[in-house]
Amino acid sequence: MIEIENVHKSFGALQVLKGIDLTVQRGEVVSVIGGSGSGKSTLLTCINGLEPIDKGRIVVDGTEVHARDTDLNKLRRKIGIVFQQFNAFPHLTVLENVTLAPRKVKGMGRKDAEEIAVQQLSHVGLADKLNVYPSRLSGGQQQRMAIARALAMSPDYILFDEVTSALDPQLVGEVLDTLKLLADEGMTMICVTHEMSFARDVSDRVAFFHKGVMAEIGAPDQIFGDPQQEETRQFLSSVR
Amino acid sequence: MGNYTFQWRQAFRAFPEMLEGALVTLQISILSMLIGVTIAVLLAVGRDAKSRWLRAPATAWVEVARNTPALFQIYMAHFGLGSFGIYLSPYAALLAGIAFNNAGYLCETFRGAMRAIPGTQLRAGRSLGMGQAKAFRLIILPQMFRISFLPTTNQMIWAILMTSLGVTVGLNSDLAGVTQDLNARSFRTFEFFALAAVIYYVIAKAVMLGARLLAARLFRY
Amino acid sequence: MFDTALTFNDLLFMLKGAGVTLSVTAFAVVGGTLLGVFFGVLRSQISPWAALPLTFVLDIFRSVPLLIQLILANAFQAIAGWGISPFVTSCIVLALYTSAYCTEIVRGAIEAVPSVTRRAARSLGMTWGQDLTQIVFPMALRVGLPSWIGLTLGVMKDSALVMWLGIIELLRASQILVTRLQEPMFILLVTGAIYFALSFPIARLGSRLEKRWQEND
Repeated sequence: MIEIENVHKSFGALQVLKGIDLTVQRGEVVSVIGGSGSGKSTLLTCINGLEPIDKGRIVVDGTEVHARDTDLNKLRRKIGIVFQQFNAFPHLTVLENVTLAPRKVKGMGRKDAEEIAVQQLSHVGLADKLNVYPSRLSGGQQQRMAIARALAMSPDYILFDEVTSALDPQLVGEVLDTLKLLADEGMTMICVTHEMSFARDVSDRVAFFHKGVMAEIGAPDQIFGDPQQEETRQFLSSVR
Repeated sequence: MGNYTFQWRQAFRAFPEMLEGALVTLQISILSMLIGVTIAVLLAVGRDAKSRWLRAPATAWVEVARNTPALFQIYMAHFGLGSFGIYLSPYAALLAGIAFNNAGYLCETFRGAMRAIPGTQLRAGRSLGMGQAKAFRLIILPQMFRISFLPTTNQMIWAILMTSLGVTVGLNSDLAGVTQDLNARSFRTFEFFALAAVIYYVIAKAVMLGARLLAARLFRY
Repeated sequence: MFDTALTFNDLLFMLKGAGVTLSVTAFAVVGGTLLGVFFGVLRSQISPWAALPLTFVLDIFRSVPLLIQLILANAFQAIAGWGISPFVTSCIVLALYTSAYCTEIVRGAIEAVPSVTRRAARSLGMTWGQDLTQIVFPMALRVGLPSWIGLTLGVMKDSALVMWLGIIELLRASQILVTRLQEPMFILLVTGAIYFALSFPIARLGSRLEKRWQEND
């Protein structure tokens, strides 16, 4: 369970998060939508402790993320994150990209790590690209590799930060299909996304962020069919 | 050409002697690079350190190395240190001068390489549960190595060319020094130095070719 | 301040040497740049195979120590009986040396202009020459200028080597004083300060230009 309580975060004078409250249960898929600069991506980087927060707390399975005595490296093993920029490690092959963390962070043997990696890469449809360098992959393939890389740590939660925003339109589908697959398998996911049809079809709940505040949250049918807030209505009509 | 006749045979007879000099040239270049790289890493850390007492000397080193002639730096080692009662042999002074120069230039190469790697790479490593040091070692360092490989090779070639300056402080064991000695005995300046030029050229090209082949093997991505 | 035997006249002697350093540098950079632009444009416009002889010859200037080049040129002109002064010989060698590096800078800068940009220019009806002068040169200048400033500074430092032909430039002047006054460290520090004063402002200008242009991109 991820519990987010009254989280505030500023970059200098700019207030990005102004008191966010959100609880995500195991097995739940929550999509976060909203305009750019609404703070949705920042929230994700706060959840796995890549960014400090100014106020409030984030608790993952009973561990407070920003507590002084929390071992972040250990915590991050159970929270995977996939970024908008794929962040492929250019000097490693696809297989090495995926086995690196299991081997060096979890201390797994090469054989075991490769077994898991091959399994995850097949999962995302890259079984035939094992020994290729990322520069030879399309954007969609790199992004799927990044997903496999996060999955290989067998995390309990995965955060997706606009994973299709940097992709060419014709490559978006293959990545969304991978996300759907994960959702169907019961993975707990928080997806910051601009893909409204994805948010509607896959999520259990949809949260709408506006200017650092969570303006509205509810079931996809309610948010898309009967939004309660004026801002939500405006946003949805602007993206359609 | 007046009444001058080129006498190449004499120069070719001295070829083995010059090759021995070329070995000394290579030795000085390699040593100066080993020392230079080591100091450059320390300087790179120093230049970005929080403490001014680390930053200032590192910055001064880099600026002097890059803004004064290499020959000046060698003179400093050979003549300048004499003011403190330190007298370096021509060999040691040349090595010190070139190593000083290498360190200054390589420091900036390494810093540039570090900046060329997007911060998101470190972030991606951290998000997989790696600590700062581990992420740096496994993700950043290998990429830095690739970016700085070619500039470092170029610096190596510079180092080889710089060794020829040893002759100005009286070094007579390296290629330029040996050639100058032969020249002083025979006054066949053109022939001897032309042969030396060919040897320098071949060494420089061989190092470049070797580095290219190595790079092709090392960096397949 | 310092207990030194260095007199005002000695300092003047050094500054005169610095003047020689500057004039050798100026001749070399002007000559080398003219040649380098010509070679660089040529190399970027003809096929690599056709450019091979030029590439090979210019590469020699970058792969043989400058000191050896100076010695060879001076020996050669003596053999040929041309009677060229060491100063002129030095300027010619340094100019050729500069042109070899300048050619690479010019070629690289021209090749950095994206071919789509050039195609766009041609599609607007510009001629080959217009494309070159209106589009390619202005864009290439931005790419190449910082490296060219670096080259100028490099040539100024390398010009110290002309002392081997008996020219009394800054470093040779200071060496003469070191021998006479036996105060090596102090005199060399003054020398270094003069070199620094000559090169630091230009280096700063170069990095500032580079930064300004990067921001505009």
